[in-house]
Amino acid sequence: MTGFLVRRLLNYLLLCLVATFLAYLLAAQTFDPLAVLQSRNPAPPPEAIAAKAHELHLDQPVIPRYLDWLGNALHGDFGRTVDGAPVSAELWRRVGVSLRLFLLGTVIGIAVGVICGVVSAIRQYRFTDYAITVLSYVILSTPVFLLGLLLKQAALNVNQGLGTELLRFTGEVTPNFSGGFGAALLDRLQHLVLPTLTIALGQIALYSRYQRGAMLDVLGSDFLRTAQAKGLTRRRALVRHGMRTALIPMTTLFAFGFGTLVIGGVFTENLFSWFGMGDWLVHGIGAQDANITATVTLFVAVCVLLSGWLSDVLHAVLDPRVRG
Amino acid sequence: MNRMAADTANTPGGPDAPATATAGAVRLGAAAGATRGRLTLRRFLRNRLAVAGVVVIVLLYVLAFAAPLFSPWDFTSQDPDAYLSPPSARHWFGTTQIGGDVFVQTMRGLQKSLSIGLLAAVVSTGLAAVVGAAAGYFGRWADRALMWLVDLMLVLPGFLILAIMSPWLRERGWFFFMLMLAAFMWMITARIVRGMTLTLREREFVKAARFMGESPWRIIFRHILPNMASLLIVDATINVGSAVLAETGLSYFGFGVQPPDVSLGTLIRDGAPFALTSPWLFLPAGLLLILGVLAVSFVGDGLRDALDPHASHGRFKEKKNA
Repeated sequence: MTGFLVRRLLNYLLLCLVATFLAYLLAAQTFDPLAVLQSRNPAPPPEAIAAKAHELHLDQPVIPRYLDWLGNALHGDFGRTVDGAPVSAELWRRVGVSLRLFLLGTVIGIAVGVICGVVSAIRQYRFTDYAITVLSYVILSTPVFLLGLLLKQAALNVNQGLGTELLRFTGEVTPNFSGGFGAALLDRLQHLVLPTLTIALGQIALYSRYQRGAMLDVLGSDFLRTAQAKGLTRRRALVRHGMRTALIPMTTLFAFGFGTLVIGGVFTENLFSWFGMGDWLVHGIGAQDANITATVTLFVAVCVLLSGWLSDVLHAVLDPRVRG
Repeated sequence: MNRMAADTANTPGGPDAPATATAGAVRLGAAAGATRGRLTLRRFLRNRLAVAGVVVIVLLYVLAFAAPLFSPWDFTSQDPDAYLSPPSARHWFGTTQIGGDVFVQTMRGLQKSLSIGLLAAVVSTGLAAVVGAAAGYFGRWADRALMWLVDLMLVLPGFLILAIMSPWLRERGWFFFMLMLAAFMWMITARIVRGMTLTLREREFVKAARFMGESPWRIIFRHILPNMASLLIVDATINVGSAVLAETGLSYFGFGVQPPDVSLGTLIRDGAPFALTSPWLFLPAGLLLILGVLAVSFVGDGLRDALDPHASHGRFKEKKNA
């Protein structure tokens, strides 16, 4: 089993490298960070532009620039932005902001989604099943940015109804907040609810659909009847034998889901003014900054691949046949 | 697209389903196809949600292209007498900050989003069919190279790549944007097609065609791909929804359709900052978007159930009886 997991990890690392390479190449070829400088009026002297180009290493070919960036990145230095600030100075704060959102969203999404799917399958063609199905279809048809917008509006109504600002929807923390640790925690929680809900809802809808299908496949199988015939209660048989089997095909999906989540996070961060990685990408493209773009791509690739690898691990834990 | 992956094992054209239809694909094809087509149609019509989906999609297309003809406004025109006014008889969906008519703009956006969705779906399914079938049929290095490409494209976050390429795309218009969108949607289907081609390749009718000296590409287009037509139809349907969502998402950030042209995504983005005070700016575009994608997914589900004898509806009962 260790060999299997190590092989998968190496494969993922290779794909990660290729992904950042292509992203860097594309960004470096299409971006023109000097355009802002050149379009200034009066036009700056050519020497100034050449100096800026030299500062950004634009006078070198792309491949050595990439290798340079990669070599430094392995040491934790992700280059400088167009404005000259080091990328790594902002990186870790933004990673923290994004991960807080993604991890909470994923955990809630998987847990609630799997439960909804199982309930939906057990109550097939009854009211609960139809309600969950219709709701998840509607959510799946709603783009994240629209879902967040509608939630924002709903939160506004809630706030107005209660007369206090219970749910906050700008930023991850109140600027210049003063107060004790408990109050600060509460403040962060108030900011956290809406973005997390935005992300979790999509995941819940997605997983509940698949989990329902997987569970239905298992429900009619002989081993469940055997388990009950041996004297297990129906509930125990369903959870211990049914759900565990139905979870196996889901593990691959969890990895895929995390990938879509990182992209969805771009919208969510933008909508709720969280300064995370997604927001940074949009900013980086706006500023025509290859280093920021490549760094965010690396982050996304690492997230997707780590979750892919984790799903391999989960798969191996749940299905003994894989371990061999 | 993932929805398909879960069902590969049961899709028609898999191990045994189309045996009757393919036994004499060339001579009997027409007759067998007709009966099968009629059966599929009957089963599809029985699914009320799916039929409603078709009706909604057709209505949306008609609305998008015909409705602006009945409005005195143009999607670029401005009404200096009405800035940011709520819906009224004069402006059915209200106006924007600079006096643009939201109704006509929404219809224009609907046109763009629907066209991009439809075209991108057809292109991506076509690409998936050709690449998957080629990889499965030719095998060896072609298979290895193409599948490596698929793996790579799966790892590359399409959204990021399209966003990074947006300065390049900006100069080339929405058609190239649609092509790039399609270029990031075909991978999972290509894998499924490849798997099905691997089994079809060993079937008698394909072998017979090969021994008769037909060229490989002719075999792929005449004998292999028609046998997975149902999978491809369902895939294309589902892709329409994904493409519309991807397009609106990218346009939301300004990476997609460029002004002065509008799409549902740009409309929602422009309305978002005023969502709390003037909701008419984004609500029509948003609700039409949800409605359209919802209709497409119902049609996709209905098609899958109608084309697939083992589809999710009855699967439980069948297994119990077996």
